[in-house]
Amino acid sequence: MCGIAGYCGIPETSIPREALLRRMIGAVTHRGPDAQGVVAADGVGLAHARLSIIDLASGAQPMASADGGVHVTFNGEIFNYLELREQLIARGHRFATNSDTEVILHAYEAFGIDCVEAFNGDFAFALWDARRRRLMLARDRMGVRPLFYTARKTCLYFASEVKALLEVPGIAAAADPIALDQIFTFWFPLTPRTPFKDIFELPPAHLLIAENGHVTVRPYWRLDYPDAADGAACDNRSEAAIAEELRALLIDATRLRLRSDVPVGAYLSGGLDSSIVTAAVKRIKPERLRTFSVTFEAEEFDESAYQQDMVRALETEHASVACSAADIGRVFPTVIRHAERPILRTAPAPLLRLSEMVHACGYKVVLTGEGADEVFAGYDIFKEAKIRRFCAVSPQSTWRPLLLKRLYPYLPLLKGQSQSYLEAFFGAQSEQAADPLFSHLPRFRTTAGAKVFYSADLRRALRGYDALADLRERLPERFAHWHPLSQAQYLETAYLLPGYILSAQGDRMAMANAVEGRFPFLDHRLVEFASRIPPKFKIRGLREKHILRKATGDLLPAHIGRRTKQPYRAPDCQSFIGTAAPAYVAHRLSGGDLAAAGYFDPAAVAKLAAKCRNQKFIGFRDNMAFVGVLSTQLWHREFIQGATIASNIPYAVA
Amino acid sequence: MQNVEVKIRRFIEDNFLFREDRAALSDTESLLDAGVIDSTGILELVAFLENEFGIRMADAEIVPANLDSIKAIVAYVMGKMAKPAAA
Repeated sequence: MCGIAGYCGIPETSIPREALLRRMIGAVTHRGPDAQGVVAADGVGLAHARLSIIDLASGAQPMASADGGVHVTFNGEIFNYLELREQLIARGHRFATNSDTEVILHAYEAFGIDCVEAFNGDFAFALWDARRRRLMLARDRMGVRPLFYTARKTCLYFASEVKALLEVPGIAAAADPIALDQIFTFWFPLTPRTPFKDIFELPPAHLLIAENGHVTVRPYWRLDYPDAADGAACDNRSEAAIAEELRALLIDATRLRLRSDVPVGAYLSGGLDSSIVTAAVKRIKPERLRTFSVTFEAEEFDESAYQQDMVRALETEHASVACSAADIGRVFPTVIRHAERPILRTAPAPLLRLSEMVHACGYKVVLTGEGADEVFAGYDIFKEAKIRRFCAVSPQSTWRPLLLKRLYPYLPLLKGQSQSYLEAFFGAQSEQAADPLFSHLPRFRTTAGAKVFYSADLRRALRGYDALADLRERLPERFAHWHPLSQAQYLETAYLLPGYILSAQGDRMAMANAVEGRFPFLDHRLVEFASRIPPKFKIRGLREKHILRKATGDLLPAHIGRRTKQPYRAPDCQSFIGTAAPAYVAHRLSGGDLAAAGYFDPAAVAKLAAKCRNQKFIGFRDNMAFVGVLSTQLWHREFIQGATIASNIPYAVA
Repeated sequence: MQNVEVKIRRFIEDNFLFREDRAALSDTESLLDAGVIDSTGILELVAFLENEFGIRMADAEIVPANLDSIKAIVAYVMGKMAKPAAA
């Protein structure tokens, strides 16, 4: 696991090529502190910062094929590299190392750019074919590993993080208003857009090919669901048969993700998913496992009792780090520096603390339960949509909306909610039910509440841009024919998962401390299998992840197996107010700073800040608005403000 | 009456509308339809009314009929204050 960077073409700078590469890769050293390598050749440069996990002795990168015809710089893992290696050796390939990196080189020589289809892994790599003078960038199917790129004149630059691109003279950071509006609607920009104008993200499951001065970007894999009306398209076996195969796939996905030449630990949140993964690891490797978790002071967020249950049941060697609201406030600027974008929730901050502890414990690799809620329909938004749709069928029904009371039992603020207001907020008019974004409209509406704070300038720059309409136009052709649950799952899995969960909250927070997350639930075989499981087996009545519980029931203590979903949340605006408030908050939210950045209306933000200070209850919308405004201000200061000044600093030869 | 209405309007402007350049909210406009109040915002409103006017709202009173416009809120609060024992 590592960081990569490089270019294809002729950089327009007086900096020597290798020095330019060192400068780029130097910006992502946190991703790979163990070693660095750069290769500058005719028309191409590749750089690598290594976190040594597999083949510690001979896996150095960038790596070249035996004849020097193919070079690769690679971030991530090809988990099935041993099987592929066997197949390639059987075809006559000779290997010089035991690394998964070399498997990419040989697989490319054997299968060309289609080699990615054989990879089961989390990867982002750049491969240079010197014979064809062709650069290939590739990214894993689910979007675990990041890859950004930008073109300047005749040169294409790429890197694991934007900050490496900003090291290139002539690439200055500027804000993209459309991307900001997307963040203030969905929580993330729609790929290939990033918050940085003219800097792009290679979407998950996509390839970029640069050859003869032409750049093409295309998908090599798609998340797909069966048509609801096509009974034969679903997995029509019995529940028991499906559960059995699910279990076998999950165990195999976990087994592949234990491949490492350094010890592998696990995150243990106390919830169902990480408990299942930890239990699966225990089945495969009975020796004592190291597990890690975050605990919170506030009972509303804390799950330590459940964590301790699992620690006892699985006899793991456990370490936890306590995270207070003040801790979140303190690390938040670092969170934004790594996330490289505004965020609407503080949830990434505790994960930064967690990876810090994992690193301090000497661990580089952790398995987590990430992905299960998307793939097996665990999130409340799926149940919420099911009830709303059920109500929309018969808007006059008085008993249907009573189901709304059963949603969100863990939210103290919603407990006091009267029935008529629950109906007003979550209930749906029948005409809404036809909207392809139906399942997500309440979330998008709450998030968009923050737009009230936009400055007149930002509004003008957006010229009436409609983020929801933009998303609707991108949906797959068959989307309208899928089951409503499949539609909601698609929006979560194809968009929120890579756009926010795996990136701002995942890769960027773990790799900030050189920790690699591995996610058995996101093995593409499991994802493809799960997409064909009939929706009725995923949510049974209002019981989420039914089939997953069925498949793994014997692995877990019964009371953990029965647990309803408690989403991972962290204290939001209370991390930034009161006596423990970090000093930077007042500066970033001052009228002067707000006006200088230009995104938000200072008078309106002042009212919001006063409200957060003075009111006892702060709702979701205002919490998101506060965190969104503050993080945008921090992001602006970190990346945009002074960007042109920095890039004009003459390069000093080291 | 005037005083109650001024306080309620100020609270809604400072805590839900935030902006001064936004077209003024009319007395009868639905707070739900205008997107002014979100699912937890209603609890903020209830807490404010209870503290500010010394009234106590029963669960059954937390309904749009009482709270969905400035005019409705004023009428509801005036009614409560007129006969506090009836809560």
